[in-house]
Amino acid sequence: MGSRQSAHEQVTRLTTDTVVPDYSDLPGLARQARWQVIKTVTSNKAGHIGGPLSMMDLLVSLYFHELRIRPEDPDWVDRDRFILSKGHAAIGLYAVLALRGFLPVDELVTFDKGDSRLQGHPDVTRLPGLDASTGSLGQGLSVGVGMALGAQRGNKDFHTWVLLGDGEIQEGMVWEAVQVAARYKLSNLTAIIDRNGLQQFGLPSTSETTRTDRGDRRDPWFGVDLAAVFQAFGWRVLEIDGHDYGQISNAYQLARSGDYTRRPTVIIAHTVKGKGLSLAEGVHTWHSIVPSTDDFEKARQELEADEIDLLDAYTHRTRDNRVETHATQGANSGNPVLENGARA
Amino acid sequence: MRAMRDVWGEKLVELGASDPRTVVLDGDLANSTKADKFAKAHPDRFFQMGIAEQNLIGTAAGLAAVGYVPWTSSFTVFFTHRAIDPIRMLVAQSCANVKIVGSYSGLLIGAVGKTHLDIQDLAIMRAMPGITVLAPADEAEVLAMMDWAHAYDGPVYLRLVRDAVPDLFGADYNFVPGAVHQLRAGSDVALVSTGPQTARVLNAADQLSATGVSVSVVHVPSLKPLDEDALTAALLHHHLVVTVEEHSIYGGLGGLVAEVLTARSPAPRIERIGINDTWGESAGNDFMLDKHGLSPERIAHRVSEALARVPG
Repeated sequence: MGSRQSAHEQVTRLTTDTVVPDYSDLPGLARQARWQVIKTVTSNKAGHIGGPLSMMDLLVSLYFHELRIRPEDPDWVDRDRFILSKGHAAIGLYAVLALRGFLPVDELVTFDKGDSRLQGHPDVTRLPGLDASTGSLGQGLSVGVGMALGAQRGNKDFHTWVLLGDGEIQEGMVWEAVQVAARYKLSNLTAIIDRNGLQQFGLPSTSETTRTDRGDRRDPWFGVDLAAVFQAFGWRVLEIDGHDYGQISNAYQLARSGDYTRRPTVIIAHTVKGKGLSLAEGVHTWHSIVPSTDDFEKARQELEADEIDLLDAYTHRTRDNRVETHATQGANSGNPVLENGARA
Repeated sequence: MRAMRDVWGEKLVELGASDPRTVVLDGDLANSTKADKFAKAHPDRFFQMGIAEQNLIGTAAGLAAVGYVPWTSSFTVFFTHRAIDPIRMLVAQSCANVKIVGSYSGLLIGAVGKTHLDIQDLAIMRAMPGITVLAPADEAEVLAMMDWAHAYDGPVYLRLVRDAVPDLFGADYNFVPGAVHQLRAGSDVALVSTGPQTARVLNAADQLSATGVSVSVVHVPSLKPLDEDALTAALLHHHLVVTVEEHSIYGGLGGLVAEVLTARSPAPRIERIGINDTWGESAGNDFMLDKHGLSPERIAHRVSEALARVPG
């Protein structure tokens, strides 16, 4: 679209100023956000790492290339809505919100502390830019159903996005929402499932499950064809690699443009828990862990390099209100998005 | 004297006509709760959520977040028990503008048994920070509370009953959150009640007065917020205070009055009449009221006994 192109040019021009994020560099932004997660959880001595890292490419793509939002006007009535249903990954969302200009990056150190806006799980009453409180799992999709239903009845064209964990969707309330979304033809609603194949503890692998297990733990949905399940419930299913920016971007565009039979869309995004930090990738014990001194040093070596360009969009915005906030279009890898549950 | 559910259903239609933000979410009980009147009048703003109350609450919270004023329709028990976690996180903790209306509270909901009776809702909802908890006694109070709740930007729990209830107040009734209503002024004993139980308490007060007992009757329609000073002023000068409610004796009106009065000194003796840590059963209204000591006769008898034990 023309407006996106001009926005992109403007950002490119602004990035000559070193404090403005380069929105076209999704891998750089994601690495930066992952580093902020590791740093914050380590200094806080508590928090989650595995889940925030697995969803990070999905989240960065959403916030920097897809969501229609205004960091300088977080309550903008026609904004897209985003709900992080897997609320325990809050620190990942805060890191992205900070890089996107909703809060100062140096506020991240207050995470989980008394009186902080950055509660252990997202608190809609404390931080502008959040659209729902989450934490007790399995509830975010229902709120998204309400928002999408409201948009449909009010003829508003904003899109509602809900990011869920694949462990979280064990909750029964999720499937209540799945039914209602299809019944009311909420094609303005997209669920994104962070399909990292691990949950906090789960069950150990067995000889039966080892083929699809991650590490030594059983996939929470072993033996279940999730894509077929959603399809049977009347949803459109897109199945992608949740770390491939091209596939992510294609899926988001398809989701926003709606479905000719007005089905809601679910994007099943295959991810790696702990992605981006080699020692955490696919290891279930990194769900919630404080990195040791040695591990932190390894993380620094893998991720810190970008911090020399630490991009504080919030400080920049509040200083001279110059940042262009419209979403810009990222580079496509050209990889196809597989519709209707087809597997790569 | 009309069935509370009819009053509610017709008022919803009116709110829907006067405010396009009004929406109703039903848990497949609209023809019981009488939200079906709204479904007929405003079909585009009536949402059938099916037999799935948790999602009903979450969807209501989402609709509230984008500017609608959602009212919910089901039995109280399916909200305050089945859907309590979404109520906690998505409504109370989120300060969502959702009006949670449970019809069919208490004991008198037709012969359906303990599974459908809600005798704990006041205790549960009172312990939920941020939610206004209301229990109207009659038609005028239902209408006034609905007008107030619709205009108020925040979560409200409205406890309704199924059947017809006698009128206590006139059409000029003005609802003020937290206010208590002294319906009789006496000196020997103060009876405190809420919801339609207040009508039965007034009847018991008449019986006691006929035997020479001087009785105060205080109606508490707003359990949260509550004007504690007003309640204390109405009760503290009695030697005996008796709370009467169609609810467990734990955590509801009895608990509330005890919490308030025992913080004052000297506190009166407090007796709590209600469901005495047990479950209900399938039975008619008269059987239920008699068995649990909530009929006017049983209340009067219990108060007489208690008065005999209180040093004058």
